[in-house]
Amino acid sequence: MTPAQDGALRPAQGTADVSVERLALAEELAGTGSASGPGDDARIAPPETAEYALRLGDDALVLAQRLGDWITRAPELEEDVALGNIALDLIGHARSLLHYAGTATGRSEDDLAYWRDEPEWRNAWLFEQPNGDFACTIARQLLASCYWFELYTALSASTDPTLAAVGAKAVKEVDYHRDHAAQWTLRLAGGTEESRRRMIQGVADVWPYLDELFEDDELVTRLAADGVAVLPSSLRAGAEAAIAQVFAEAELEPPAGRTAFTASGGGRQGKHTEQLGPLLAELQVLARQHPGASW
Amino acid sequence: MTAPAELRRASEPAQPTADELAGQAAFDELIAADSRIEPRDWMPEAYRKTLIRQISQHAHSEIIGMQPESNWISRAPSLKRKAILMAKVQDEAGHGLYLYSAAQTLGIGREEMMRQLIEGRARYSSIFNYPTPTWADMGAIGWLVDGAAICNQVPLCRASYGPYGRAMVRICKEESFHQRQGFEILLELMQGTEAQREMAQDAVNRWYWPSLMMFGPPDDESPNSAQSMAWNIKRFSNDELRQRFVGMLVPQAEVLGVTLPDPELAWNEERQAYDMSEIDWTEFHEVLAGRGPANAERLRRRREAHEAGAWVREAAAEYARKQADRAAELAGAVA
Repeated sequence: MTPAQDGALRPAQGTADVSVERLALAEELAGTGSASGPGDDARIAPPETAEYALRLGDDALVLAQRLGDWITRAPELEEDVALGNIALDLIGHARSLLHYAGTATGRSEDDLAYWRDEPEWRNAWLFEQPNGDFACTIARQLLASCYWFELYTALSASTDPTLAAVGAKAVKEVDYHRDHAAQWTLRLAGGTEESRRRMIQGVADVWPYLDELFEDDELVTRLAADGVAVLPSSLRAGAEAAIAQVFAEAELEPPAGRTAFTASGGGRQGKHTEQLGPLLAELQVLARQHPGASW
Repeated sequence: MTAPAELRRASEPAQPTADELAGQAAFDELIAADSRIEPRDWMPEAYRKTLIRQISQHAHSEIIGMQPESNWISRAPSLKRKAILMAKVQDEAGHGLYLYSAAQTLGIGREEMMRQLIEGRARYSSIFNYPTPTWADMGAIGWLVDGAAICNQVPLCRASYGPYGRAMVRICKEESFHQRQGFEILLELMQGTEAQREMAQDAVNRWYWPSLMMFGPPDDESPNSAQSMAWNIKRFSNDELRQRFVGMLVPQAEVLGVTLPDPELAWNEERQAYDMSEIDWTEFHEVLAGRGPANAERLRRRREAHEAGAWVREAAAEYARKQADRAAELAGAVA
């Protein structure tokens, strides 16, 4: 806050008989901008590490953008708050990761979020899938948070201190996200006939996108050998066991037969489903109407 | 033909019972001492009704007020702004929840309040029936609408009804933060490009008068004010609060470099108050009557969310019922 602004706002407080603590939201966001986040802000990501951070950052940002659409539309006010909270955590992860990714090429988190076109986005397909109904969103949350919990647990031991710090912070948050998704999966699967039917459909809708999360490629294999990245294939057993545990309690089966297909994936190479384009158009529209402006 | 006994009794003023007389005396004493009334205390029916009306309207305003701002979450022009806006709209949902809880302590259910809202039987602050066509509206809402809300609400922290006053303390702290954020959005725009400055001034032009109307009609036309002041629910009159708000805005507008859209606005040394143009109350009454530009849209969104979520709420209730049955069965088996 600039001194001028602080002064300008003082009269407002003159009318108040409650005291307002100084809140600095930026400081709550790990590793962003000038805020004191974990790790050393002056660290510059090596090019391959930057590409890896971009993948993880894009996953988080794209899902945050999706979840934001639930705010004012959720089935309960408590869910407006909960889904908003989850989205907010994910934006925090995305900001830390994109900020770090950008250090390799001198770009800011906003340069990366607002000024890349669709083929430059590196998120996996799961995260760009539409919200569908509440059951579909919960199914997507369950897969995403079980994956992220394993990922961030392992990432907190990365040899890259920035990634390790992001992982250590994020794992505590996605643990709550996982619990939220599991609790709703139980309620929807074990609630009414309609909710059970919808939950089964929701799982079938997102299941094809699970596989891509565990695909290794050359870049991540090299980075994993140095202890920087986590090998995606190493996360499969833990994530699938966590999902299986929720399914067992909810009396759900992993999709079989026709619904069990695996989407080809390709997000890490910039290939996307039809869903991403409109999402980015909305995300980026205002920033692109005012090139060079600051907000 | 003589009326049945019950009808006769109903048509005559009821004689207060001894309990009621004692309750009223205790209530009067608490009010005179400027103390808090708590949910279990005796209170006059009219006091209870007034509070239910006011608190539920306030809760509805928080919930409907999420919509004009959520309009820009997906398009916020930077990730920092997106996070702040999302946190703000989420705070408003939280405020709605505290306030519904406070109203519930007076004996009305949340489901009933929600029904009153989506059926168009309850009011909410008419300010939220204005649309948010540009990003600068996020700044103007924070600065002007939240600013006016703070002036209105800070005195409510001392409202005589305990749960309401305590909810307001927390709400006011967050509102102050929101107002600063709104100011900061406008400041950034005013220091930006020509297009950004125009956007900011345009938003201030559109929100200034509606924000002044948030304090309600002039004192001599405010039907409920006197009783609310006697009950220590309301502490200052509408016009007093409006003056206080304008006094707060003028120096802030100077720092921002925006013009407040009132050519008559000037400090009157003699009255020690701001002179201002006459407020166009016809517009206020139109918007209040539900004919605001976005009124139908706001209610439609709330109704659709409520209806589309019915199956989820039913599932949660059914699941809870099954769990309770299972627990009872287990307990039975053990016994």
